[in-house]
Amino acid sequence: MMMAAVDAAVSVRGVSKVYAGNVQALNNMTLDFPRGQLTSLLGPSGCGKTTLLKIIAGLLEPTSGEILVNGRPVAGPGRDRAFVFQDFALMPWASVIRNVAFGLELRGVPLSEREGVAEKYIKAVGLAGFERKFPHQLSGGMRQRVGLARALAVNADVLLMDEPFSAVDEQNRRKFQEDMLALVADEKKTFIFVTHSIEEAVYISDRIAVLLPRPSRVSEVIEPKIDRHVSPDAMRRDPGYLDTVERIWASLRSYVE
Amino acid sequence: MRIAGYNIPMMASLLIWAVAWEVIGRAGVSFILPPLSAVLVKMVEIVPQANFLIALGITARCFLWGVGLAIVIGVPLGVLMGRSVILDRLVLPWVNMFISAPLSALVPVLMVLFGFGEETVIITTFLFAVWIIILNARAGVMQISPSLVEMARSFGATGWQAFSSIYVWAALPEILAGVRIGVIRGVKGVIVGQLLVSVVGFGKLFEIYSSNFLMLHFWALLLVLFFFAFLFAEGLAWAERKVEYYAANRA
Repeated sequence: MMMAAVDAAVSVRGVSKVYAGNVQALNNMTLDFPRGQLTSLLGPSGCGKTTLLKIIAGLLEPTSGEILVNGRPVAGPGRDRAFVFQDFALMPWASVIRNVAFGLELRGVPLSEREGVAEKYIKAVGLAGFERKFPHQLSGGMRQRVGLARALAVNADVLLMDEPFSAVDEQNRRKFQEDMLALVADEKKTFIFVTHSIEEAVYISDRIAVLLPRPSRVSEVIEPKIDRHVSPDAMRRDPGYLDTVERIWASLRSYVE
Repeated sequence: MRIAGYNIPMMASLLIWAVAWEVIGRAGVSFILPPLSAVLVKMVEIVPQANFLIALGITARCFLWGVGLAIVIGVPLGVLMGRSVILDRLVLPWVNMFISAPLSALVPVLMVLFGFGEETVIITTFLFAVWIIILNARAGVMQISPSLVEMARSFGATGWQAFSSIYVWAALPEILAGVRIGVIRGVKGVIVGQLLVSVVGFGKLFEIYSSNFLMLHFWALLLVLFFFAFLFAEGLAWAERKVEYYAANRA
């Protein structure tokens, strides 16, 4: 493989997915996700980005091809990956802290130990003080922070995020994106991030894989050249940021109905 | 409700019907219907009697066994049916058949199989209660958001963990509604069972009272049973309201 020099946390090797009724969602896709980076899967609806994410998660079986995580083939969900859901997927009957600790609860970690870990990550996503609240007492943005803390708490190498901010209102989303950048820098994990927002992808990603539909394929991989050591507002005015948004829009616009 | 500027409490209509009963009873329209006051006096008299308490004990035992079994079997079966297409296809036709079947007609068959004792009453209670509990648990599980199921899988839940910490809880509002209706049907079942077997518990008492035209006893017994059924249903409705807050918030 020509990408062999890159240390890939996740490798997608010739993956195809055909749904019942002969619907081709993915066609022989090959893609590497470098360790410690945030890679976005960006594309219009129908390009198979969520399907690919769920195959990496082990929630869907590929029709052919394989996924390697840390060099080992994937057969179902595993401790090396954690998932953040578009609709949060929180347990409404459980408090914030129990939701965050749920992955550890399933592993049989004792209560005091898992609550200690959960408290740490609740703090890390900015929800300190909300440990005993219930999901319906939180805003959409706060609920997704719970979903993120839950994924961080199991200490997986790879975080899979399925349009995590799409059900969050605009202002909260911006704040959340800014906080994500800090988290990515702190956590040293590999993030795979599905989004349909060009601005979002360019803002938070180290690499962007632009996917196109019919047939589903990786059209290009872009590494935005943006100085991330400036303020969030300066970053959004950075010529590199604006140029990259423009360039991706130019290649996607013909696929938007 | 307000009438002519006065607030009328919810239960006020019961008072009107009680007065109507009393008036018709005193008018002596039929020996079938004695005045309500006399019935209440009789109720106070017969409730502490040994044969009543024994009957109550038998009824309570049969009811708890029948409804208990219906819950212990019905909830897991309904949850599994909601998760497994094969099991659903296999069992659902039977559930749909029995839920609308005139179960009282089955009791004579049960008597042949299980004898003229408490077993038959327990099984009758069970058969009255279990089907709606199964159907509601099944419906509750089928509406669980797919992402909650995926969440459990992706965090490595075993089948048992997904069942006990996700499915049952996510379907709890529907399960409780089913249990409440099941309990109400179970009250019917425990009485119908005893009436048809008619040699145990309240069935025996009803048999004695009605064949000897002891209408005061008969009505007193009926009122006690109605009261218990109402109490059960209200107690469960209260429990249901306790979990409603997240039924509305779980989307």
